[in-house]
Amino acid sequence: MTVMAADPILARRAEIQQIAQDTARRRQLFSRFGMLVCRACLVIALIPLVALLVYVVIRGASAWNWAFFSHLPTPAGIPGGGISNAIVGSVVIDVIAAAAAIPFGIGAGLFLSHSDGRIASVLRLSADVLSGVPSIVVAIFAYIVLVSRHPGSLGHFSGVAASFAIGIIMLPIIIRASETAIRGVPQVLSEAALALGARRATVARKVVLPTALPGLITAVLLAVARGAGETAPLLFTAIGSQFMAWSPLKPMNAIPLVIYQNGIQAYPDLVKIAWGSALFLVVAVLILSVGSRMVATRLRRVRRD
Amino acid sequence: MVLATTTSPRQGTSRGLRRLLEVPDGAYRGALGVLAALFALLLIAFVTSLVIQSRSAFAHFGLSFLTGTKWDAVHTHFGALTFIVGTLETTLIAMFIAIPIGLGCALALAFATPRRLRVPLGTAVELLAAVPSVVYGLWGLLVLAPWMRIYVEPGLAHITGGRFPFGGAQIGTGLLLAGVVLSIMVLPTLVAISRDVLMAVPGTEIEGAFALGATRWQVMRKVVVPSARTGVVGATTLATGRALGETIAVTMVIGNSPAFAHSLFSTSATMASVIANEFTEATEPYHLASLIAVGVLLLVVSVLVNLAARLAVRSVSRERAIGVGIL
Repeated sequence: MTVMAADPILARRAEIQQIAQDTARRRQLFSRFGMLVCRACLVIALIPLVALLVYVVIRGASAWNWAFFSHLPTPAGIPGGGISNAIVGSVVIDVIAAAAAIPFGIGAGLFLSHSDGRIASVLRLSADVLSGVPSIVVAIFAYIVLVSRHPGSLGHFSGVAASFAIGIIMLPIIIRASETAIRGVPQVLSEAALALGARRATVARKVVLPTALPGLITAVLLAVARGAGETAPLLFTAIGSQFMAWSPLKPMNAIPLVIYQNGIQAYPDLVKIAWGSALFLVVAVLILSVGSRMVATRLRRVRRD
Repeated sequence: MVLATTTSPRQGTSRGLRRLLEVPDGAYRGALGVLAALFALLLIAFVTSLVIQSRSAFAHFGLSFLTGTKWDAVHTHFGALTFIVGTLETTLIAMFIAIPIGLGCALALAFATPRRLRVPLGTAVELLAAVPSVVYGLWGLLVLAPWMRIYVEPGLAHITGGRFPFGGAQIGTGLLLAGVVLSIMVLPTLVAISRDVLMAVPGTEIEGAFALGATRWQVMRKVVVPSARTGVVGATTLATGRALGETIAVTMVIGNSPAFAHSLFSTSATMASVIANEFTEATEPYHLASLIAVGVLLLVVSVLVNLAARLAVRSVSRERAIGVGIL
């Protein structure tokens, strides 16, 4: 006892232990309360999100029937009508956008995965920043390039202009995600191939890209899901249409446009179509997102076996 | 070449294609370099085309484009201040709601959820980030707006006796609804990134604090949050950037009136919503140039915000920053 009293450090430690013991109950209670608040936040956050999905499913499912998928839109006030032209438009626009953005993005991702210099890091940062640029601004760029009248532009609203805008939105996602996937390929694999005398292009095509395939598929599906859900880039590019258009050089309808344009109308029939389209879009986007995860895990497992 | 000649015969049909892809190393690197250069060119074209097309608005209206409050297509008088303020107001309301709830969610997901629930809840949050914004807009307009009009707005007005900031007509759509919808939209992003950042805090530090007798709350408050602060700030900034530029959902619920809001219930407009709303109707050259100029302002703001956010998140961990790029 006398020794402890003589040592100021031990005395201080005893004092701290005493305080900790005295306050343990209070601190424990406070901690419980704090954790409760955190869990409550989780519940509060989940309520609107769950409510949103429930509403979309209930209201949307009641709008679904054969005509909804196979018919053209009807004018306001006339019941019935469908979104067949919007489905075609969305598919055409997004397929063109993806067909351009995927090879471009994976190529750029390959470039970034090989390079660590200043230029590469600037490009990396610009891709990140581009993914945060509002889609409406990207839409203005597409409008200037392909819709406004000047040589080299179509000079009118069209599906391609929408593809251009959506491709730009997909691009940074594909670039960054494919770079990550490619960097995950063990260096020894490509080194072994190089040691066998393979050229770099062959190594990329036969070793690196196939090994990185799960990651690449995830990247592509995520980018397509993101692009397919965008509305703002369609507003003044594809602009919407009441007719069936197969040619991307013409104005086209698209599912997000239907939701926006019908949703803000006062006619119950049009609003119903909007809910049905919203369910369609949510299902499509969730299938792409969930699918990307499943494909990635499945392929990884197969590879390991 | 060795590999090309020893591969299985079933690929023989595409020999011509393979020959074509069998390029020398220099050409391969060159091709990738060209792709990267094209990407850089695309970005440069993006910025310059917007600047060129908006120049006439900036030249004609000068500084009054930023400080003017009149947005009048008939008399060709364009000042964007009301939209700048509208954007700031909706973003502020959204972040005021989303930051505390989002941080609570992230903490709960990282440290206060049973292991069994952690993965499904985390996946659910990430999937909700994938729901398109137009769906949030539709739900906000058709479900949330009537609900706000009938229950929330009268209640809030009762608190202040119908004075600022809860005065004026209660119509559901407007500044407050736009803020609420935005907060719901940015929550998944905010939660997913800050949860990742929080979970990246080294386990030894947390265990050390527990060993000293700290309670769970004290560990979070004194160890986890301070250590993850930069990353959480980055996640918040990223979510702010998203709220600033969100277009379609806001356009659907804000009411689209180009006037200063004098109450949280007032209809208003943001930079993004005015572009979405008026772009196709802008036949007069100055009107179009002014809308593009608003786009340039939005571009500048979003680039600055995102640069700050990326640098903050990236400083936490390189690996994480790449994951953030996907979200």
